[in-house]
Amino acid sequence: MAEFTKVLLGHGSGGRLSRDLVEQVFLKGFSNAALAPLEDAAELTLGGARLAFTTDSYVVTPVEFPGADIGRVAVCGTVNDLAVKGAVPAALSAGFILEEGFPAALLRRIVASMRQAAKEAGVEIVTGDTKVVEKGKADGIFINTSGVGLIPKGRSLTSAAVKPGDVIIVSGNLAEHGVAVMNARNKLGLEGGIKSDAVPLNGLIAAALRTPGVRAIRDITRGGLATVLNEVSGACGLSAELEEDAVPVSPAARNACALLGLDPMYVANEGKIVLFVSPAAAPGVLKALRAHKYGRRAAAVGAMLKEKKPQVRLRTGIGGSRIMLMLEGEQLPRIC
Amino acid sequence: MKTSPAERFASPLWRDRGLAASALAEMERLVAAASAKTGGTVNFMEVCGTHTMAIAASGMRRLFPKGLRMLSGPGCPVCVTSQGDIDRVLALAEIPGVIITTFGDMMKVKGSKGLDLHSMREKGADIRVVYSPLDAVDLAAAEPSRQVVFIGVGFETTAPVIAGAVARAKKAGLKNFSSTAFFKLVPPALELLLSDPENRIHGFMLPGHVSAIIGLEPYRFVAEKYKVPCVVTGFEPMDILAGINMLLKQVVSGRPSVEDEYFRAVKAKGNPAAQALLAEVFKVSEASWRAIGTVKATGLAFSRAYEAFDAVKRFNIPYSDAPEPKGCLCGQILLGKALPPDCPLFGKRCTPSSAVGPCMVSSEGACAAWFKYGG
Repeated sequence: MAEFTKVLLGHGSGGRLSRDLVEQVFLKGFSNAALAPLEDAAELTLGGARLAFTTDSYVVTPVEFPGADIGRVAVCGTVNDLAVKGAVPAALSAGFILEEGFPAALLRRIVASMRQAAKEAGVEIVTGDTKVVEKGKADGIFINTSGVGLIPKGRSLTSAAVKPGDVIIVSGNLAEHGVAVMNARNKLGLEGGIKSDAVPLNGLIAAALRTPGVRAIRDITRGGLATVLNEVSGACGLSAELEEDAVPVSPAARNACALLGLDPMYVANEGKIVLFVSPAAAPGVLKALRAHKYGRRAAAVGAMLKEKKPQVRLRTGIGGSRIMLMLEGEQLPRIC
Repeated sequence: MKTSPAERFASPLWRDRGLAASALAEMERLVAAASAKTGGTVNFMEVCGTHTMAIAASGMRRLFPKGLRMLSGPGCPVCVTSQGDIDRVLALAEIPGVIITTFGDMMKVKGSKGLDLHSMREKGADIRVVYSPLDAVDLAAAEPSRQVVFIGVGFETTAPVIAGAVARAKKAGLKNFSSTAFFKLVPPALELLLSDPENRIHGFMLPGHVSAIIGLEPYRFVAEKYKVPCVVTGFEPMDILAGINMLLKQVVSGRPSVEDEYFRAVKAKGNPAAQALLAEVFKVSEASWRAIGTVKATGLAFSRAYEAFDAVKRFNIPYSDAPEPKGCLCGQILLGKALPPDCPLFGKRCTPSSAVGPCMVSSEGACAAWFKYGG
């Protein structure tokens, strides 16, 4: 592990560098039992109730892009971080850091979009904060949201509980958020109508959890599916083996990735989850996911295996196989 | 059935397991026959970094028959750029007030003093990653008081795009735009490899994108003078398997030629419009290659009519040879004389997040491919 001397852009990529930063600085600095599992939300017991508690900051350029905007992503991301722990989201906070000169009309649009997303998720934004910094000291708008939710009695979802033989299920097409933002940011003019997939997934997750046998759920955001699987593999000590052909990616997103030299397994999503499900429960969970509007393209993509040296592996379409590491640094488009 | 170009491109047939299995079965037979001709292992070189990545990403190396070895070649734009030229890029970034625009791949390649564009940016240099050199020209138009420099590197694939950007800047009368012309040419690179007495390459998998620009004719000398088989190949798994089998058949038949597996994109004449643009903006010149040195007529420089856009001349940045990073085998890997795991630094001191050599930095580098996908 490289010695941490200063913050690099790659430390924010969601991949291995982010992990290094968190482990070397924050985990060491804040060390406590609730933080230690490093999952999407912390689990707390307060007055007999089990709570999920999470926070996330949102920085994206441009702030509006096809399918969503920074506000929608800020609400959906935090709702989803609660929901993947099996919690019923109760309330959110919103903190805004605004750059001097930021257009009021755009801010109003972002707030309306947050209200809309919160309404869909069935939560309210009940507390907030605003700071304004001088022009040039921020990139227009940064949003932080925190969320709290109640975990129903008897429910426990955690990566450490994943067992050999568990089926890996992905809730839908991958890579759309990342490609949509990259397309808008760099005015790439890619066609195919690729939109951000940012949606609140608490409804979808509630539907999946009606079938017993779901052991863990993870939000597939920055770093993509490959990075999340590496985290889960590390937490449960098992290998993950995926079938490339089974992983749902739309032709438009696949082409965009091929053109840019990106691997869809590493591209960010804002409305997709990966579930680890006992083999007996897998058909029922898949059926429940596919019956929901945000899970129509859900698919079983692989399985967890007990092996001497745990790794994440992809069985490729042509029948080859290769390892998938955590995202290293930033995803950069290639030259030719 | 009518399909859109996007659907055709994304067709699952390009990575169909059944088709792959029959191609591999044929490969098994052909490798046996070809080994009899070569007297041992059959060595092919995929010249292009995108092929290296595609081979690794499809996990096909494990499926290859014993007796076939695919070597990576000098086809990764960042990797072949000499240490001296990297130092020039960093010198340009040091000039106060200059905006450097570059493809992302160049950001983390270290100069001889251990600095890269990333670290220069942290120190306050204005360095921006762009997706197209045209964005750099637009930036120059929008910021008339600043000098905007584009870091032009690459082969015949990227050079026309940069030529187009420079031509646009000239037409717009922009005095604050310039570019480097650290371009390399693929056919002379092949000649460099072939003229090496230690050469042991039995066939070239030729780059699809470069060939879409230059066509097939420039490779003819490889088959005719050096008697080495050539197949221009596409980038889908089935393209690569088919390309290898076509190369093997040439070895077996003993009749080397230049074949085109990627005919859906590559025409024999190439792209005449791009060739004309290249000829207008650039001229063939010497180029400095990593591990090889400066060689006559192996690259492109600005033509007289476009000299004013040469960043190196505008800012008077001299070239000086610089040694390669200590212990780094990039040079040997680019020449097909070593594979990434042969390097003592590979995966230990040299990983994508703290790379020693460019082959680990670039998304098309052989070491990055082996590290990321496990060979």
